[in-house]
Amino acid sequence: MKMLFKGSEAIAEAAIRAGCRLYFGYPITPQSELTEYMSRRLPEVGGTFLQAESEVATVNMMYGASCTGKRVMTSTSSPGFSLMMEGISYMAGGELPAVFVNVVRGGPGLGDIQPAQSDYFQATKGGGHGDYRMIVLAPHTIQEAVDLMNLAFDLADKYRMLVTILADGMLGQMMEPVEFPPMRDPNDVPEKDWALTGAKGRPPRKVTSFHIDPYELEKMNLRYQATYKKVEENEVRYEELNTDGADIIVAAYGTMARIVKTVIHMAEKEGIKVGLFRPITLWPFPYKRLNELADTVDTILTVEMSYGQMLEDVRLGVNGKAKTPFYGRSAGVVPTPTEVLDAVKKAIGR
Amino acid sequence: MIDKIVAKMPESLSGKEFTYCPGCHHGIVHRLIAEVIDELGIREKTLIVAPVGCSVFAYEFFNVDGTVAPHGRAPAVATGMKRATPDKIVFTYQGDGDLASIGTAEIVHAANRGENITTIFINNAVYGMTGGQMAPTTLLGQKTTTTPYGRDAKANGYPIRMSEMLSTLSGVAYIERVMVTTPQNVIKAKKAIKKAFEAQIKGLGFSLVEVLSTCPTNWGKSPVEAGKWLEENMAKYYPLGVYVDRTKEAE
Repeated sequence: MKMLFKGSEAIAEAAIRAGCRLYFGYPITPQSELTEYMSRRLPEVGGTFLQAESEVATVNMMYGASCTGKRVMTSTSSPGFSLMMEGISYMAGGELPAVFVNVVRGGPGLGDIQPAQSDYFQATKGGGHGDYRMIVLAPHTIQEAVDLMNLAFDLADKYRMLVTILADGMLGQMMEPVEFPPMRDPNDVPEKDWALTGAKGRPPRKVTSFHIDPYELEKMNLRYQATYKKVEENEVRYEELNTDGADIIVAAYGTMARIVKTVIHMAEKEGIKVGLFRPITLWPFPYKRLNELADTVDTILTVEMSYGQMLEDVRLGVNGKAKTPFYGRSAGVVPTPTEVLDAVKKAIGR
Repeated sequence: MIDKIVAKMPESLSGKEFTYCPGCHHGIVHRLIAEVIDELGIREKTLIVAPVGCSVFAYEFFNVDGTVAPHGRAPAVATGMKRATPDKIVFTYQGDGDLASIGTAEIVHAANRGENITTIFINNAVYGMTGGQMAPTTLLGQKTTTTPYGRDAKANGYPIRMSEMLSTLSGVAYIERVMVTTPQNVIKAKKAIKKAFEAQIKGLGFSLVEVLSTCPTNWGKSPVEAGKWLEENMAKYYPLGVYVDRTKEAE
């Protein structure tokens, strides 16, 4: 049965259905509805909601909760995600699974509260200190966001990694009909043989990102890197639309990709075949497929609600095999389909 | 042949060699905590959250499950653990730089929520691990590597009395300030630590024991001189005693 749901609330409900019973968060626009939804919904299913004193405390509460082996999440928006970077780095080092939802708004600084994609670097390239990675999933509809919540928690547990759902203010605030997956039993998760459950009948367990001996810390790091390599090999996800025989391929993710889907129809009427390449995992990024596609077209245009962040990954993937122009607006301004169509035409000299 | 064992290492210590300097009080306090955990029979369900500072390895020194938090965030980490698994006994072990400077927000709000955790707060009036810089608890006039002319209230403000400050919060079940300079004081300190853990076991809310401690290395004193300096200076500015005790009301 389809239900009409606001993006933020749909993501919250999907997290609960994925077996998450612990939410820590701090109010921030444009995603406070997610926090509020959790505050009324979690008690209904025997879960725990706690409004933290800050995003700094939020991420550390997640750290503690994740240590116990339970599924835990938060949601925030750009400035809040910046504050969480310290804890994110510690959690990555402690190999703690957790899910973050970042409903991105315009920046830098206080910025504004409108949709943006200007935190791509922060999400995919680090943000916190050290050689760590987090899996980044980018839904382009509310239904997809709902579907990705199950995957997010499963990937987090499977690889003992952090997973971020990188959404934007548009997805967070709009309403769409969605179909929810069935409720999963929160206890029906894989056994975590590292979780801090009390040293009963076994040696004590320790969760840490710390080692004073560089050679030992290097060993820990090499273990993280081996995990990241596995994720890169197995978890790349993307969508292709109309790429076969396209005059031009547009690379876009999230809300921007959705706008490109409209542009495809507009361009068709003008006799231009536009293909869409939409990464769903921003990390691991689908470099390999993009490189193959670069053999089939002259131009891969990147369109973003930023001044060119994913563009750098597109260029790494294309590796000089095709032209890689860019069109983007940021700071909370969402490019219109007409603007993108103009950028497409310019890119192919029409 | 041994007839009777009168003293042994508590089961709740791991046996790993402490990394503390001679005359430092961390070792005494570690042992007291371990004895209390043993006596209360809670070792198998206790979780420690260690801080950043000299006691960063505390999670290795105790024979319990544990972790080490980002600097100052131990009360938030402990909150997450306790909320996720309320049947566990969760304690943080924090120094004054960790608790009274970078972690003030986390400790105040954990206490204010009446978070059912226990905090052991080591106040030695100095940043130990980084080499003896000024802490929020450094006394006026006290020389440190960042107050080479002595702490000046005009430039650096006043030493923070955390136990007094936290005692104004309604969520607190138990707060006591102790020291471990003499055998009598050690016995009192152990009683306080036990009371704090008992408050948590009974689900009464937040409990904290502040232990005035020495740092002979960074104070530039011998262990004996350091103990004397603590009693004559720190204990005057930071009066010992029970600041909050709601354990009786609860009974």
